[in-house]
Amino acid sequence: MIQDQKKTTLYAEHVKLGAKMVPFGGWLMPVQYTSIIEEHQAVRKNIGIFDISHMGQLIVEGKDAHNWLNTMLTNNVDKLEIDQGQYTFLLNDKGGVIDDLIAYRIGDAKFLLVVNASRADEDLDWLEKHLDGDVKIESRSANFGGVAIQGPRIAELFPDLPARNHIADRDFEGIPISIARTGYTGEDGVEVFFHNSDADEFWKAVLEKGKAVGLKPCGLGSRDTLRLEMCYPLNGSDLSPERNPIEAGLGFFVDLTKSEFIGRDVLVKTKENGPRERLVPFKMKDKGPPPRPHYSVFENGERIGEVTSGTLSPSLNWGVGMAYVSAPHAKIGTEIDIEIRGQKFPATIEKKPLYKKRSTADTAATTAL
Amino acid sequence: MNVPDDLLYTESHEWIKREGDKIRVGITDHAQAELTDVVFVELPKVDRQANAKEAIAVVESVKAASDIYAPVKGSVVEANKTLEADPGLINREPFGQGWLFVMKLDNPDDLKNLKDAAAYKKQIGG
Repeated sequence: MIQDQKKTTLYAEHVKLGAKMVPFGGWLMPVQYTSIIEEHQAVRKNIGIFDISHMGQLIVEGKDAHNWLNTMLTNNVDKLEIDQGQYTFLLNDKGGVIDDLIAYRIGDAKFLLVVNASRADEDLDWLEKHLDGDVKIESRSANFGGVAIQGPRIAELFPDLPARNHIADRDFEGIPISIARTGYTGEDGVEVFFHNSDADEFWKAVLEKGKAVGLKPCGLGSRDTLRLEMCYPLNGSDLSPERNPIEAGLGFFVDLTKSEFIGRDVLVKTKENGPRERLVPFKMKDKGPPPRPHYSVFENGERIGEVTSGTLSPSLNWGVGMAYVSAPHAKIGTEIDIEIRGQKFPATIEKKPLYKKRSTADTAATTAL
Repeated sequence: MNVPDDLLYTESHEWIKREGDKIRVGITDHAQAELTDVVFVELPKVDRQANAKEAIAVVESVKAASDIYAPVKGSVVEANKTLEADPGLINREPFGQGWLFVMKLDNPDDLKNLKDAAAYKKQIGG
């Protein structure tokens, strides 16, 4: 029910701007303000701002925080300098994904974990259940909000940007913020965290200053199309407790040289034997209906898998998606069919990402999700 | 939200314009706003017979696919092929160039089952 959904600290601002609010991960969130396609283009061409206050923010602190996190998360915390972040996974005992998140090292023995809204409680329960040594974990989600500000004109808004995947404390027009050079759109950009009490003022200040660079407030609709063009996974769609990161093609964020972390044994086996299924991006061959989650995937009449994410890519104006298909069929270039309302439509398995910037001026490249 | 007085409506957000023994059908302004940017339309074939409330077309936005229903029993005599090249017409002109199809009615009395503008306005909370 709509009434049961939580509201972020920026809720009133969204309503004021005429956003269409929808339930997402237990929260009432803007899906769009004017148009998903326009908001998508704003981020690709200029800049967009997204409320991400629904995301969970967990603080992990203590003498043993570093070593303990290395037993809980797949990526290697040893690689982090102070004020650096990394994309990583929290796995269950079967190697399945509880959540995908960014872990920032914000002090010598202090970490900020930014997790999915829908998994925030579960993540905290799981982590607390496994606490070991001199480590304290605490959610600051109720007191902190956040926004993602993404697009090629980011440096015009924030001239003093931290290095890619790094986080820094800054002052924006007198408002104290933490600013991380990370994102979920494939564009250069930042994710900014602040106290709830500063949220409205910061939001308004960015909107005002952003006018000069074509900034648009953007909803979850364009957040989804932007991430899908980059083949960034969405937990709950492309990731689940039954899928592990190797199957999802995200082994880069798993460090199997670590001697111990939850799920490691299963991932080692998956890597040795090869996954049964793989997550692959695909593109429709012809203009037609866009692919959608749960549509069946075929090769030569044999059912080989299922779509997990699909849409019309606003950048390509073309149907694209991601699907889990049985591993022998998962080669790039394989011709497949997507079944849409009983009819088969041809598609091709592609390389990641589905959308690439043509501009050579795109030097900032992408952030690690 | 625009709800023209001279049209009839269904609970499933189609509008109906009577044209002699035929009806022209589209989706309402409210429906297009709820769907968001329409990016694909699957139109019914001409001569297709349909019962009232039978799904005969699909309108797809960036986010989702939605069925469009025949408002009354009849047969399709025309489909708006312009939408195949420009599905966004549904967002821009839901009551005009964004119409979906024309049906010949089996029984004009069936139109009595549809809502008038006031009833539809009430339904959408306008």
